[in-house]
Amino acid sequence: MSLLVDVLRWFADPAHYQGSDAVQTRVIEHLSLSGLAVLVGLAVALPIGLGLGHTGRLAFIALNVANVGRALPSLALLAFALPLAISLGLGLGFWPTLFALVPLAIPPILTNAYVAVRNVDRDVIEAARGMGLSEPGILTRIELPLALPLIVVGARTATVNVIATATLGALVAGGGLGRYIVDGLALQEYDRLFAGALLVAVLAIAAEVGFGMFGHEAVPAGLREARPVL
Amino acid sequence: MSAGEPLIRWDWIAGHLDEFAQRLFEHVELTVIAVGLGFIVASALSLFILRLPRAEGPVTWVTGTLYTVPSLALFALLIPYTGLSILTAEIGLVSYTLLILIRNIVGGIRGVPADVREAAIGMGYTPRELLWRIELPLASAVIIAGVRVATISTIGLVTVTALIGQGGFGFLILIGIQRFFSTELIAGAVLSVALAISADGLLVLAQRRLTPWMHAA
Repeated sequence: MSLLVDVLRWFADPAHYQGSDAVQTRVIEHLSLSGLAVLVGLAVALPIGLGLGHTGRLAFIALNVANVGRALPSLALLAFALPLAISLGLGLGFWPTLFALVPLAIPPILTNAYVAVRNVDRDVIEAARGMGLSEPGILTRIELPLALPLIVVGARTATVNVIATATLGALVAGGGLGRYIVDGLALQEYDRLFAGALLVAVLAIAAEVGFGMFGHEAVPAGLREARPVL
Repeated sequence: MSAGEPLIRWDWIAGHLDEFAQRLFEHVELTVIAVGLGFIVASALSLFILRLPRAEGPVTWVTGTLYTVPSLALFALLIPYTGLSILTAEIGLVSYTLLILIRNIVGGIRGVPADVREAAIGMGYTPRELLWRIELPLASAVIIAGVRVATISTIGLVTVTALIGQGGFGFLILIGIQRFFSTELIAGAVLSVALAISADGLLVLAQRRLTPWMHAA
């Protein structure tokens, strides 16, 4: 019980809202790093997933990339990213963490985009083709809107994973909320540790709930039965 | 990672095979306990859901929320109570297996065709026999698929438990990062990925053994 009081006192202490270790600074660092990783992931994975889904080629790769992604432990990704970032002269902190997060964001987005486009009713696409729509037109005006709900689910999985894993950036001298956890562990300051853990958990759950609401908005009435893959 | 130092020093690897074996044992131990306990808890909750479908919403909500909490955060939240112990690691690891396992156990059993079930009841199977001799064997492919996903993600998560003094191969990664020694961190990462792939392969073989009818020529 006294720990909860300590944590509340920690949150109430004005000193924790000033300087480079301020709560709002750490939250912004965490969100900007996570946001950038998801955006890069979307930029890489969405065109590939949509393209493979549209042509129906390389299904094996599109579906297995998700399994490979799950097999890559986040700490191992960070372990691979660190020597890479250092050999590129980018140093510690932000860049190695970003390098570790992007491969984590790609698999769920790619696989969901692929499955979403494949799931679009072939009759609808035949009809669109018969009405004279070009192939890019079919992709952007038929397949993309119908695939959107599943794509949002993929982006949600990617975002929650990335927010969770961005915590590990503190191990390579990065910022973000992982700082509180790693420093709290090292200094045995359990109020700080607990506060950091609580903030990350809240961010991850908020992302999950937020995307859930957005995903609901994105669902056209006829698509309620579509099921996510991840 | 200092200048002139090769990315991988093979002589260091050759001199540390004993430590690798010990870390492998730890990693496998943490994983087997987590997936084993997770499977027992998930089976109990699944049977409960199958008996009482109203329980599905709350159980899914709780396990889903646990699944969303970042691993490092969950371990950190437990430390004040259970310390830097194997118990802290296992509570976290077991929690993460539940959502995946329950989804597959319930989904697998619900996926058994209704006419198969009716035929069995018509032949005089009791509910217990129906579960053990009809539903579970037919659901085993889906259930093992869940065990595969749970095992792979647990092997990955075990590396994170290095931060709370456990970790198996994760210990090598963490020490490698702290000492700035690329050989050790890459060895830890490669070995944990290799372990995940091998475990997945073993489970695929187990599934072929358990469901021979799915692979008949």
